[in-house]
Amino acid sequence: MKTIPTDKRKKLYILAAAVFMLLSAVLNLCMGASGLTLRELWEALTGGPSGTVAGRILWYVRFPRTFACLLAGSALAVSGAVIQKVLANQLASPSIIGVNAGAGLAVTACCAMGIYHAWAIAGFSFAGAMIATFMVVIAGRKSGASRTTVILGGVAVSACLNAMTEAIKTLVPNAATASQDFRVGGFSSVDQARLLPASVLIIGGILVVLTLANDLDVLSLGDDTAGALGLKVSLFRNCMLTLAALLAGSSVSFAGILGFVGLIVPHISRSIVGNDCSELIPFSIFFGAGFVSVCDLISRLIFSPYELPTGILMSFLGGPFFIWLLLNKKEHSK
Amino acid sequence: MIELKDLYVSYDGVETVHGVDCCFPEGKISVILGPNGCGKSTTLKAIMRLVPEIKGKIYIGDEDLDGLSQKDLARRVAYLPQSRNVPDITVSKLVMHGRFPYLSYPRRYKKEDYKKVNEALEWVGLTDYGDRKLESLSGGQRQKAYLAMAMAQDTATIIMDEPTTFLDIKNQFELLERSRIFSDMGKTVIMILHDFESTLHYADHVVLMGDGKVLSSGSAYDVISSKELKETFGVAPCFYEGDDGLHCYVKA
Repeated sequence: MKTIPTDKRKKLYILAAAVFMLLSAVLNLCMGASGLTLRELWEALTGGPSGTVAGRILWYVRFPRTFACLLAGSALAVSGAVIQKVLANQLASPSIIGVNAGAGLAVTACCAMGIYHAWAIAGFSFAGAMIATFMVVIAGRKSGASRTTVILGGVAVSACLNAMTEAIKTLVPNAATASQDFRVGGFSSVDQARLLPASVLIIGGILVVLTLANDLDVLSLGDDTAGALGLKVSLFRNCMLTLAALLAGSSVSFAGILGFVGLIVPHISRSIVGNDCSELIPFSIFFGAGFVSVCDLISRLIFSPYELPTGILMSFLGGPFFIWLLLNKKEHSK
Repeated sequence: MIELKDLYVSYDGVETVHGVDCCFPEGKISVILGPNGCGKSTTLKAIMRLVPEIKGKIYIGDEDLDGLSQKDLARRVAYLPQSRNVPDITVSKLVMHGRFPYLSYPRRYKKEDYKKVNEALEWVGLTDYGDRKLESLSGGQRQKAYLAMAMAQDTATIIMDEPTTFLDIKNQFELLERSRIFSDMGKTVIMILHDFESTLHYADHVVLMGDGKVLSSGSAYDVISSKELKETFGVAPCFYEGDDGLHCYVKA
């Protein structure tokens, strides 16, 4: 019996992405204002946080920061890949359909009310992301649910939510100061207390998405075909959008608004491993984590000892990439 | 056998199917004829529970549709809609999706699934196309890939909504011949066609619809020669005896 050929090359790409993620994590641990050699890194790892200065830097600063980069990168990349698949729109992403703006507003409102508890911030961020997602989806459906209307709906919802965020910051100046990190996006103020709730939500969410990768592919066959194959289309679509909002919202809760990661990473991943979610999602996890980790490293080193917020670097990279994407699509359509 | 009893279907409160009663016999090819917009596709979608507002009863064999989950239904009936996406996936992956109704969490395919997929690809003659992207195939080959997916679904009934649309004449005949093979295998085939000659040649049972209702049903000759069909389409089919049986054509 002839078996269906499996593409081993794609599995190698996923492995390469995993190696890239590990390398970027090691570089992130070693490099910074105070550099660590591999030997010092090893001693700090084995000596624990109470040993040398290098040990304290590693355990209290570099570890949480690197872990945060990996978490945020993988969460935003998977969130973007899921949103693009569910909405059948390759230009959709957490930031473009208003997820980040919704989470940003929720966190600003949280700060304005004087709530700074890590779990509360994560919860508000998730709720804000989810409400924004459903506002865009409902607006898109009411107006015909074409790819363009979803994007335009996202722009409108984002503009509205951002205006509300600005209004809160004007009326409650303390909220502006407290939410500064969220607006630009970065990892300079990451701590373990903030990371813990988000990491539970992100790791859990990614595991669920991984097991439902096949269902995402079935959904891309179209609503009628997917429904006829036994998929509960509306329920599944809403569940996946909720998961995407959970991932993006959790990331925003500790890393702030990191624009374009959810757009860039799924696109690059798709061009390397294709559109099959059983390969696209794992690749996006590793590549997204490595990509954010590298961006964070560059933002820390480029003007060392000063630090550029990672979100600013992301936007510098993301803006031109988005324009290139639009131009490239136009070339293909000719 | 699939039986519809007093079926009403609405979209956003607007009723488009009004009290349809009909039966699609087991192991036979049933064809639904009718003008555009008369509720043919909506009736088939109602069987697959793909329309939101359904009243009346639908029986799949002797089971009430209300008692079946969506996956139970997908294990009994395969459905190829009129318009389909061309997803960016390989042919073998598409056919593999035909096994989706049999997957349980966490979605791992078994040897049996791969066997069914390989058999289906072989049956439609696309074994060598397994690694090809669906979008790189011709319209006829894509239709075969979707047929293979329906075959891999391993159901007792296959529903096809205008399967010959956009196909050249050779591919149309090939698809209809495969429908005949499906029925010879004991499967119930239900499809929407617009060509009277093909219907006369391939259909064992015909249902004529108009304005969301069943106007007549019976053998292909009885329905195509009926006055209800003349009134519905405003044409009078002519019949003649050929070497291989009865044929018909429509005068302009």
